[in-house]
Order: sequence, then C-alpha cells, then structure tokens
Amino acid sequence: MVGQEFSNNRAIEVNSLNFYYGDSQALFDINIAIPRKMVTALIGPSGCGKSTFLRTLNRMNDIIDDVRLDGRIMVDGDDIYDSKMNIVTLRKKVGMVFQKSNPFPKSIFDNVAYGPRIHGTKSNSQLAEIVEKSLERSGLWEEVKDRLDDSALGLSGGQQQRLCIARALAVQPEILLMDEPASALDPRSTTKVEDLIGELKKDYTIIIVTHNMQQAARDSDHTAFFYEGRLVEYDETSNLFTNPKEKQTEDYITGRFG
Amino acid sequence: MFKDKAIKGVFVGMASTSIFIMLLIFVFLFKEAFPFIKHPGLSSLLDMKWVPVSFQQERFGLLPLASGTCLITMLAMLFAVPVSFFSSIYIAEVARPMEREILKPFIELLASIPSVVLGFFGLIVLAPLIKSFFGLQSGLNAISGSILLALMATPTIISVSEDAINSVPSSYKNASLALGASRVQTIFKVVVPAALPGIIAAVMLGAGRVIGETMAVLMVTGNAARITANPLESVRTMTATIAAEMGEVPFGSTHYQALFWVGIVLLVMTFSLNVFSQKILKKYGAFK
Repeated sequence: MVGQEFSNNRAIEVNSLNFYYGDSQALFDINIAIPRKMVTALIGPSGCGKSTFLRTLNRMNDIIDDVRLDGRIMVDGDDIYDSKMNIVTLRKKVGMVFQKSNPFPKSIFDNVAYGPRIHGTKSNSQLAEIVEKSLERSGLWEEVKDRLDDSALGLSGGQQQRLCIARALAVQPEILLMDEPASALDPRSTTKVEDLIGELKKDYTIIIVTHNMQQAARDSDHTAFFYEGRLVEYDETSNLFTNPKEKQTEDYITGRFG
Repeated sequence: MFKDKAIKGVFVGMASTSIFIMLLIFVFLFKEAFPFIKHPGLSSLLDMKWVPVSFQQERFGLLPLASGTCLITMLAMLFAVPVSFFSSIYIAEVARPMEREILKPFIELLASIPSVVLGFFGLIVLAPLIKSFFGLQSGLNAISGSILLALMATPTIISVSEDAINSVPSSYKNASLALGASRVQTIFKVVVPAALPGIIAAVMLGAGRVIGETMAVLMVTGNAARITANPLESVRTMTATIAAEMGEVPFGSTHYQALFWVGIVLLVMTFSLNVFSQKILKKYGAFK
C-alpha cells in the first residue's frame, strides 16, 4: 500500500490495533507504518477515530477511565504498551499539540521552560537557551523576545498555538502529534502554522489530524483516511487525492459526505 | 427612556443595599460605643486586663481578647489548612468517581452540623481527651477550641478549593501530561498554581468563619481572658466575650460601650483580612 522507499525508515509501526471505550469499539484492526521525518495526515469525518488513534501514539488515552486496547504500537522499535515502557520517556519522544491552544496561565518563558524544568534542567542559562531556540523554531521569537515575562494568555490565538508548538519542541521530541492544530485559527494564523509544519518536517516526524482537505493535500506527504474506526486507505498524499482506490475515500475527498 | 432609567434605578438600589447595611452597622456600632471615648477614654482599651465587673477598678483591655482570638484562629488554621488542602486535591484530582460520591456528602454534612452540637462534642469528647493526653487540670483550653474550629472551617475550605481545582481547564492538565510530566508534577506545578487564587480565597473564608464563630469557642476554650501564646491554657475570644456578657450588661454602661468596641475591633479585623486576601488574589491571580 505504501511506497517502498521508506519502509526501512519507520518512525511508528502499528499492528492490529483495536481500541475500546468501555463496551464500544472505536478502532478496528488498524495497521499502519508511519515514515520518519515526513508529514502524515489523518483525515476522515468527525467520530471516525482519527483523534483516538492519534492519542494512542503517546498514550494520552491512558488518562481516560475504562479504555482498553489490544494490538501493538512500535515507536522506534519499542512496544509502547509494554509494561516496561516508561511513559515519561515516551511522551518526551512523542510530543503533542492540541486542537485548542492551551498555554499554561504562566509567562511565555515559563510555558516553554515547563517541559525542560520537569525533566530536570535547572540552570537558568540553559533554560534561556532552550526557550530561545524553541521559540525561534516555532517562528515566535521575534514577536515575543521583548516580553518573555508577560502572560502567555495575552498572546493572540495564532501566537498561542505557535507557543504550544514551541513548548512541545522544548523537550526535544522526535515525533509531533498535532490534533487539528489550525482548526480554531483565522486564515492568516493558519497559514503561519502550516508553513511552520512544512519547516518542522525536516527535523521531526509529524502526524496531523485535520478536517481540512486542502490542508491535508497541501501539507502532508502521506494521508490516511479513517472511516467508522477503520483505516480505509493509506497512501502518498498525491495518489490518495488524485487517484483514490476506495469508493469511500473518493466520496469523502470529493465532499459527498463528512 | 424613562422606563430604562427606572429599571436601572431599581437595580442600583438593590445593589447598594448591602453597602447601605454595612454603613448602617458601622454607624450603629460607633453610636453605641462613642461615649466611651470621653470616659474612660480609648487608651483604656489598651489595658492588659479585661475585668469589666469589679468593686475596685473596672478594666477594659481588649488585648487579652484579641490575643485569644488570634491564637485560636492561627491554631485552627494550622490544623485546617493542610488537611483541607490535601483533601481537596485528593477529591478533585485523585479520587475515583465512587470515592468522590462518598466523600463529598460527608464533608458537606460536616458543614451543616450546628456549632452548639460541635460544642457538645468538644465538651464531652475532645476536652477530656486533650486533658488526659497532655496531663492537664482542664481540657477547656485554646487547643480544644481550635481543633473544634478547624473541624468547622475544614468543609468550607475543602469545598471552595475543590471547586477552584475543578475549574482548572483540563487542557492545562493534558498539556502538562503530554510533555511527560507525572500526575504529581502536573498537580503541583500546573493545577495548584492555576487554582491558587481560589484556594487562598477558600482559606480566607475559612479563617473568617473561625474568627466569627462564637458558640463552640464559648463552650470549650475555658473563657479566661488572659494574654498567652500557650495553646494549653484557657483563653477567651472576642466573640465569646460579647456573647457571654451582652445579656447581662446594664444598658448604656461603660461595660456596654466597651463590648461595642470589641465588636468594632472584630469588624476591623475581619475587614482587613478581606482586604488582605483581595490583595493576595490580585497578586497571584495575575495570570488568570
């Protein structure tokens, strides 16, 4: 299904993944291999399981009561649901950006420094360096360098989202999960975030959930189409959008439902 | 136009009622207390003793009463704050839904016990325990009173700070967890700081309740008006003094006026506590 050129370079490999909320099954037999340092888009109508799938990858579903999962998810060759897996290590490696920007009610500096601090970085000069680098990476440094001590809540929506990206970058992840990161933003901020994603894929593996077909087509290298908890089709983005193999995929991308 | 103005007038009137009543209370208190300024003079309130009825010399020093109130309040908060803080965190963040269902009604029930009943409990159960534990002659002392008051303040502090903790958006928690923070780190570095203004407000509310409480302290603190920092001695609070003596005092006498000064000082104390907590709220709530 997926081109050979990256089969040896997989960041994430998922085998026969089933996921349940209580008695209702949300994901059915998902098999997917996600290539390193590329952008993979997850698309599909609301409730199709794409966000649930995204959250299995850094075990954020663990905090919900009464969920169950079988199958296997390998990140860098480690089974992340193995009892020996350290969840802190996993989440450091697999960062996440949420749909609604969620900066802490702290200063801009403290937001970005939060991750490094909890992971043991104490030196102020080191923290300052990490903060500057991360903010530069997310394209926010020039806008905020003179007011790092101001509350993050004073930033605009788009700036807040880029701050959240900087905060995620500050713990030096390898993989970034993004759950509709631009859906709550105005068009200009959306463009900025999209450009940023294009920049970041040089260094990070990015998996992005999106409702926005154009965004998926523009930004991603591979696209996975989810429908009713199943992975219907997974291909290079150009193929999937121009030449879908499944009828459901075609209907969805041409806007016949969803 | 006229209708709008009339309606606005009604609302302004309603909203000003509490201010108006507050002012009335002040005016009334001062009116009753005023003659005291001329005779025996305000300086007599600074006397080190409170002996309002005496054949030799009546003395109206507020210090023993104020120190009693302060000692009891501080001790009570010392017991109540840590317990309430950790309970509210447990209930809001750690407890499973079932445990929460059990804990919350019990805590609210504790708040609804009349203070006289708690006073009975203090007299019959707590005071004898304190007495035998410390080997004292009497268990009616500051520590018994403050434990009882802590019991009364705890439900208020718990439920108000639990509300504050619950209202911290879960997106903060998710962000913290997704960065690899543990649950404990998330609670103490994100949730508690975000809820801090609410928690401080809860503590202040609890302190207000403790300062203003009358019945229970009247029953278990021993009511000896003396200046002490020793929790094992009997003390007397300002509220208990007013409650115990107001019924028997001759109307308009110096003693009567002195009791009104006790009320004024009490009011000033709670008032400054409120102003102080507002200041703290402003300072730490800056990022809210």
